[in-house]
Amino acid sequence: MFRLLLLAASLAAAAPAQLCKPDAQNAFKVRLSIKTALGENAYAWDAHEEYLFKAMVAFAMRRYSSKSSTQIANVLLCNVTDRVSFWFVVTDSSRNLTAVPGREVEAAIRMSRHRINSAFLLSDRTLQFLKITSTLSPPVEPSTPVWLIVFGVVLCLIVAGIVFLIVGGIRQHKKRNKEPRQAEAVEEKAEVAMENGIPCETLEVKGGRLNGGFAAEEERFTPL
Amino acid sequence: MEKSRPLWDNPLQFVFACISYAVGLGNVWRFPYLCQMYGGGGFLIPYLIMLIAEGMPLLYLELAVGQRMRQGSIGAWKIISPYLCGVGVASVVVSFFLSMYYNVINAWAFWYLFHSFQDPLPWATCPLNSNRTGYEEECEKTSSTQYFWYRQTLNISPALEASGSVQWEQALCLTLAWLVVYLCILRGTESTGKLEQLSNPKAWISAATQIFFSLGLGFGSLIAFASYNESSTNCERHAVIVSLINSTTSIFASIVTFSIYGFKATFNYETCLSKVILLLMDAFDLEEGSVTADNLSQMKAFLMATHPQQYAQLAPQLKNCSLEAELDTAVQGTGLAFIVYSEAIKNMEVPQLYSVLYFFMLLMLGIGSMLGNTAAILTPLTDSKFITSRFPKEVISGAVCLINCVIGLIFTMEAGNYWFDIFNDYAATLSLLLIVLVETIAVCYIYGIRRFEKDLHTMIGRKPNWYWKIMWAFASPLLIISLFIFYLTDYILTGTLQYQAWDATQGQLVTKDYPGYALAVIGLLVAASTMCIPLGALVTFIRKRLKRERVSTVA
Repeated sequence: MFRLLLLAASLAAAAPAQLCKPDAQNAFKVRLSIKTALGENAYAWDAHEEYLFKAMVAFAMRRYSSKSSTQIANVLLCNVTDRVSFWFVVTDSSRNLTAVPGREVEAAIRMSRHRINSAFLLSDRTLQFLKITSTLSPPVEPSTPVWLIVFGVVLCLIVAGIVFLIVGGIRQHKKRNKEPRQAEAVEEKAEVAMENGIPCETLEVKGGRLNGGFAAEEERFTPL
Repeated sequence: MEKSRPLWDNPLQFVFACISYAVGLGNVWRFPYLCQMYGGGGFLIPYLIMLIAEGMPLLYLELAVGQRMRQGSIGAWKIISPYLCGVGVASVVVSFFLSMYYNVINAWAFWYLFHSFQDPLPWATCPLNSNRTGYEEECEKTSSTQYFWYRQTLNISPALEASGSVQWEQALCLTLAWLVVYLCILRGTESTGKLEQLSNPKAWISAATQIFFSLGLGFGSLIAFASYNESSTNCERHAVIVSLINSTTSIFASIVTFSIYGFKATFNYETCLSKVILLLMDAFDLEEGSVTADNLSQMKAFLMATHPQQYAQLAPQLKNCSLEAELDTAVQGTGLAFIVYSEAIKNMEVPQLYSVLYFFMLLMLGIGSMLGNTAAILTPLTDSKFITSRFPKEVISGAVCLINCVIGLIFTMEAGNYWFDIFNDYAATLSLLLIVLVETIAVCYIYGIRRFEKDLHTMIGRKPNWYWKIMWAFASPLLIISLFIFYLTDYILTGTLQYQAWDATQGQLVTKDYPGYALAVIGLLVAASTMCIPLGALVTFIRKRLKRERVSTVA
């Protein structure tokens, strides 16, 4: 009888040790980067911090499943390294201290992630649960992209300018067409400078003043 | 008694106009990336030599021709020799190609400008991936600014062949850019354009062509400008001033760009190191702070000795971080001005302000160049009585803008940036070299250098000294001919032309060969403008022959 009790006790002690192993099923690896996050204000990782961690995980489990059965003793930590990384597993006292399925633990941690981070003054990046990916918050996007609004404003200004100039040009054209017919006979001859009956302006445009045919052929004549 | 051609109010106005030409996107955007491709500071040597041997003499030549002939480019060359009318036409064709693709840069500047009114700037952080567990994969591999350029601005495809569809956002920005240009040219500008163009493979070729294009030689703009000068303006001094200011601006912009390069490279190097350190610490559960940048190599050796198996497993992920490698893989090409400067801006205080200012500046430079380009196309069209009698000037300008805008939609497709690079590299390089070569030879040997000397003496009161004469008569033509030879031999030796394509899976640029039809387009671009010169001479020759025959048969 006594031996049976001893056997049961040793089994009970051994079981948790078997549950919490690196790469065990339902176990999660946690990695903390305290120095990266806090720099000079970094705290040392010791047994008290581990106690806080166990408490936070128990809190998360209670929040998630609304059962008050998860105790701090149900959270097992092992393989703590200098990096500050370790494995943990959550056991269920109501089910003979077997491990709580990974999915439940994951969901529980996800729900209370922010609270757990805050307890350690860390963030999703510096307190990593290696199998539990965090959901990043997307940036706030307004319903109409801002650039379209600015584009619309500039476009309206430019189109307004173009329309204004075109309409102004058409009006000027009409005005010019009406008046000269009345004043043409008298004024034009006096104003436009003429040479050989051709207005000087057209001569300039066509290069008529300088006879290209002769100017280019100058070099054919031997210099004096 | 000549009817006065419109004149500049004072010589200073002319100098400022020339400087505003010379300083453009090429100084901010193109010179720094050429410098980076061809060895950084070392690029200055061929650049300065080319400036002295080619840039200043040819600039002086064009200004003097314009001032003497008092005509735009087509008229001026016709006076020198009627067989050279093709030179003016070639200039117009080149500017047509230029205006097709150049406005796309303004569209990009608009895009960035409109996106500057957000907090945080959209290129400051990577977007999240679809299930919000981390950042977009492509953005992780490269940086957020490069991701914004290649993915969110261009939405670039992995190769030229994969054309993809027209990106409506870019198409909108391009339309807006053309509307702005149309608005500005509606009232007609007297200003003519300036040209900058793209590189040949070799550093010297690049230096030479950069000088050319940055100064706007061969385009006829400088001739047109100078034709509005009084006859007695000292164009020699102006030529020297303008070319020096232009080069100083290029070098200054490069200094800024290179300091940003250095910052980026250092930042990337340090990020790389911290990633490696983190990887080692996590894999071997080492204490934080035990592995630093200083003891990294010793720790690596130690870990390799103590945990060989684990280390071997980890080895492929451990990158060898090197500052030189970061400096070499810095941004190249047309995206430079956008990626590098947006990178710098995102790290400043009040980045929105600097972003708006910078892209507004780019827009000013770009639209200014575009005005010149379109004016260069419009001037011959509006000069021709045939067209002006049928359509008013507004309709002609509108039609030119519309045609260019529609063709420009090609550059807004997913593979558009590759076509942009083709136009950028080949549309004007060879043709402008040829045009300037023909100009120099025409002035020195057809018009006669002695006659030109005498004209200059009449205009500015002294003859040009031996430096100018040697450059015009021998050095510049020889240089240009040797550039041609270099270019052709390089093409023959490499066999095919290559381009840089963006590989989304690796997050960097890779080299690929151009497909056949792209090479055909390149050939067409070069031929279309260079053939104008011999064709023009041929047409004049035939016309004269026919006239002589008609005269002889009548008489």
